[in-house]
Amino acid sequence: MSDLRPSLDAADVTAAQEAVAAGPGTGGPSSSRRSPRAMAARRFRRNKVAVGGAIFLLVLLVVALLAPLIAGQSPYSVDLGAIRQPPSAEHWLGTDASGRDVFARLVYAARVSLMVGVFAALLAVLVGTLVGAVAGLFGGWLDTALMRTADMMLSFPNIVVVIVLAGLLGPSIPILVIAIAASEWPTAARMVRGVTLAVREREYLHAARVAGASRGWLLRKHIVPAAMGQIVVVGTLAVAGAILSEAVLSFLGLGVQPPQASWGNMLNDAQSLTVIQSMPWLWLPPGLAIAATVLSVNFVGDGLRDAVDPRQSGRS
Amino acid sequence: MAAFVVRRILVNIVVFMLIGIGVFLLVRAAPGDPVRMMISPEDLQEGSEQFIQARRAELGLDDPILVQYARWLLDAISGDLGSSFLNREPVSGLLLERLGPTVLLMSTALGISLLIAVPLGTIAAVRRNTGVDYAAAALSLGVISVPSFFLGITAIYVFSLQLGWLPSSGMSTPDGGGGADVLKHLIMPAAILGLAAAGPLTRYVRGSLIDELSADYVRTAEAKGGSLARVVSRHALRNSLIPLITIVMINIPQMLAGAVVLEQVFAWPGMGQLAVRAVNTQDYPVIVGFALYVAALVLVCNLVADIAYAVVDPRVKVT
Repeated sequence: MSDLRPSLDAADVTAAQEAVAAGPGTGGPSSSRRSPRAMAARRFRRNKVAVGGAIFLLVLLVVALLAPLIAGQSPYSVDLGAIRQPPSAEHWLGTDASGRDVFARLVYAARVSLMVGVFAALLAVLVGTLVGAVAGLFGGWLDTALMRTADMMLSFPNIVVVIVLAGLLGPSIPILVIAIAASEWPTAARMVRGVTLAVREREYLHAARVAGASRGWLLRKHIVPAAMGQIVVVGTLAVAGAILSEAVLSFLGLGVQPPQASWGNMLNDAQSLTVIQSMPWLWLPPGLAIAATVLSVNFVGDGLRDAVDPRQSGRS
Repeated sequence: MAAFVVRRILVNIVVFMLIGIGVFLLVRAAPGDPVRMMISPEDLQEGSEQFIQARRAELGLDDPILVQYARWLLDAISGDLGSSFLNREPVSGLLLERLGPTVLLMSTALGISLLIAVPLGTIAAVRRNTGVDYAAAALSLGVISVPSFFLGITAIYVFSLQLGWLPSSGMSTPDGGGGADVLKHLIMPAAILGLAAAGPLTRYVRGSLIDELSADYVRTAEAKGGSLARVVSRHALRNSLIPLITIVMINIPQMLAGAVVLEQVFAWPGMGQLAVRAVNTQDYPVIVGFALYVAALVLVCNLVADIAYAVVDPRVKVT
């Protein structure tokens, strides 16, 4: 869920410098005619595990988008005459404590879980990129303050942030997204800051500055493009973390609220021994769905990292 | 060095105050009137509007917000975190009585994670790109991908319900059984928490040892005829484990997050279980108390990590 930060700024910067230096464009003599992006795509396609993960996620995305067609029935229709039924032809994965179809809930839950994961990761990457670039460009006390805050937020478990926010303001999806993003942005911020510091001293940036470019221009035209590959990697891995956080928090009743289904809150039922013992159809499918999805996202993220920056593979 | 430590402690105190202000303002922004919350429904029925106003004045809720904050902060520092809305018990007492089980769970899990991570990471680094290395990588990826509560539920299904080897919940059986009984209850939650923490730690040990193995002094030791085992255990591993204390300290708060979840799954009577229950019953004072405890823990861990890093590695620039 969290990565280990080697608490040295120097480490960030060296890694980023190497990445920028090795980075897109200087791929060796034989590949000088291919664009960096095409080369990265080629490396990614050769990675079978990552491609497998990507295919699984695509299928999942289609399932989530076409949920009403695939589910066949409503995930909300309560049937108190048929509660906790085992799987049958009518209910492929049986029914839950309110007689709702588990398969339909599983399919609709994919929408919620993916949405929360993607939005939280997007928010985290957006905030992180901005903070990291500002810290790197301005330096000085602002840099120190921002990075200290980032370290603090990184070490603050997001579950506690959610316990406080959800406890005091009531649980909801926006609070869930904000709380997850709050604990994920520092990773992006540290990375973008490292790239910014590495890029800042290169000639083309000096040239741009001499030509009168504003800091906003430098950010848009030079820093974000230089960091883009790594931003995509960090963002992808953040999606995995966010889906996992959503599941955990909804499982505890602090995230997505019923009757809306999420994979996490479907497992909420499995806090009773009777359910665990004799109704595995209630907890096994959502649990496996979370594990398979998070694993796939991590495969894709690792594959992207190796593709964007082959020199970092096998490290860390 | 002393100046560095003092400055870091002062910075952390300031940060703690800022977190305190944040939590205080959040509580004030929360819906619901604290007076109405504290009064039992029966009292509320007979109590008139005047009674509530009087209580508000008595509790100081009509004072300027800065005065209220100062009073709240002084109370909090002196250990008075208010009383639970639920059963009127003092919050600090409730938290303290649950500190023990949580510490027991976390320290056992920490021990397990180190027992897995150090040998596995070492073998993976020495035998790079072999089966052991790939197994270690798979384990790391697996434990960060499979939610721990799902592992917990599966473990209960297998070891408690199917095999009947281990108890599924609580910290001890009612009629008692001493340390062995607690140990039996501890095994599953601690093992799963430890396994989850072992993933990133294994990666860390492996990466750090690989860096050390390529250092000049390792080549020297090899050139002098040291066996692989000797070079690794006497030279490289020692250096690579020095920063481990920092990594462990940084990961303790994350481990607490894992403990909150597993306490819920295994009905382990710790602080996390208390906090989750407090959220579900909107017991604000308990939530705030828990948040301040965790904030203090996070800050202390970060402080120890910073200082330990500077102490064990003199090359770190102390600023």
